[in-house]
Amino acid sequence: MEIKQISIFLENKKGRLAAITNVLADNNINIRALSLADTKEFGVLRIVVNEHTKCLNALKINGYAAQETYVIAVEVPDSPGGLCGILKLLEDNDHNVEYMYAMVEKNRNNAVVIFKIGDFKKAIELLKSNNVSIVNASVLKNL
Amino acid sequence: MIWNKQKESIDPKSLKKDQGKNLKKLVKKLYETVPFYKKKLDEKGVEPGDIKSIEDIRHLPFTSKEELRETFPYGLLAVDKSEVREIHTSSGTTGSPVVGAYTKKDIDIWSEVMARALTMAGVTSKDVLQNAYGYGLFTGGLGVHYGCLRIGSNVIPISGGNTKRQLATLMDFNSSVLTCTPSYALYLAEVGREEGIDFSSLPLRLVLAGAEPWSEAMRYEIEKQLSVKALDIYGLTEIIGPGVAQECKHLNGLHIFEDHFYPEIIDPDTGEVLPDGEKGELVITTLTKEGTPLIRYRTRDITYLIREKCACGRTIVRMHRLLGRTDDMLIIRGVNVFPTQIEEVLVRMDGIEPYYQLVVDREKQLDTLEVRIEMTEQLMSDEIKVLSKTGKLIEKELFGALNIHTRVKFVEPKSIPRSSGKAERIIDKREV
Repeated sequence: MEIKQISIFLENKKGRLAAITNVLADNNINIRALSLADTKEFGVLRIVVNEHTKCLNALKINGYAAQETYVIAVEVPDSPGGLCGILKLLEDNDHNVEYMYAMVEKNRNNAVVIFKIGDFKKAIELLKSNNVSIVNASVLKNL
Repeated sequence: MIWNKQKESIDPKSLKKDQGKNLKKLVKKLYETVPFYKKKLDEKGVEPGDIKSIEDIRHLPFTSKEELRETFPYGLLAVDKSEVREIHTSSGTTGSPVVGAYTKKDIDIWSEVMARALTMAGVTSKDVLQNAYGYGLFTGGLGVHYGCLRIGSNVIPISGGNTKRQLATLMDFNSSVLTCTPSYALYLAEVGREEGIDFSSLPLRLVLAGAEPWSEAMRYEIEKQLSVKALDIYGLTEIIGPGVAQECKHLNGLHIFEDHFYPEIIDPDTGEVLPDGEKGELVITTLTKEGTPLIRYRTRDITYLIREKCACGRTIVRMHRLLGRTDDMLIIRGVNVFPTQIEEVLVRMDGIEPYYQLVVDREKQLDTLEVRIEMTEQLMSDEIKVLSKTGKLIEKELFGALNIHTRVKFVEPKSIPRSSGKAERIIDKREV
């Protein structure tokens, strides 16, 4: 149920983001979700793509420091309070959300939100037992 | 005024004679008491009897900083340990520190040369001297202190740091002379300005700055901002500490107290002695030192010698203010830093490439050192806080090795030039 996310190190310099997306484009890789965390000096680009292994290899060949992590993609009701309910459920069960970001596309009437949670396996069990819909990798790939 | 006219304005012939006599004595003593030097002389095929005049110094072997480290702590001690009255060491940032052991006579000589230096700079018994060089193993604090005791001025042993207190002390005790590093003098000026201090209204009239290279531009700034005269002082732990050479008011080089510290300029590559006026590495022989005397010590400082008599009346030789270093040593806030030390720390840590770039700058008049390190797959994390923590950890390790704070900056893989050339590895933005 967990999905793989790639994090790439970027210097906070002009043109760096464009250079990475260029590598992805050249390798025919499609970004399904992305977020950019930045500090004064550097940034971390986190992406979920349609072809994970190919993407990771392409980045490494092109000299990027890239790393993979597991995240959870959750379908959140696209209505007020939708996200709140899920966050409350996680919080009540002592799961700390390290970061989260929303997907670019919508799946039917719901939004898809990516969560980074330390103990993602337990979090998945929790969400599933509470009937929260989790998007798996193969579905995400074709969204 | 000249503290010791007999020695500082000596006629060159008599000086040479004295130097030759002392060299002869020194070589004989070292040959008999220090196995390290006996071995070196034997290897060179020189016997103490071969040394008849100061010119014969050219037959003697050089002593390097590495050798000083290898013989740590007492390998170069030329007297019985019971004769030692005081120990000083260099910061020891590149492995073992360099040890200077002083006998009673050495401290007497140190007081004498510092008395000459202070007098040359215009300090008298009427002055209140605020000594902001560090007291402790560092030679700066105590060296200046001994000189003050000798000439009878009032010394305030405030030591380094604590800027607010320095400023308060300047005003409370009406300090007329300040001794510190040139960058600290400028920092003090800046903080003072922020506090609304009008330096032109204070009795402070002179800054004796040393322990790091500085330029005419910095002199101008110090003089303007603090309403003082600023003069250069030179010294190093290996030789005695401060008091090896001092600039007089004519600002035409630093007078070397060559009756104690015999200077030569060599070509750093061939070891060949260069004529006066030619730029090269400064080599010093401690003609009169008892505790840890050195023969032809290679300072790695680049300068040239000026032999003409100075307008101040002194005949002793002068050296131009430092023009650079033969190695890639950096002096950051008065602390010696070698790029290799940084390399050692990085190599020791997991997941770090041994490529780095150092950026030295000056912010608010204080030196800063940025260490650029390439991000690697192993260091990489999806979380900013983990990356920041990694940076802090490296900074902590570097502090342990260098004793100064650095700022680690992560850069993209392969973005640091692979050539080992100094120009690419070190970017010094300071205007020295």
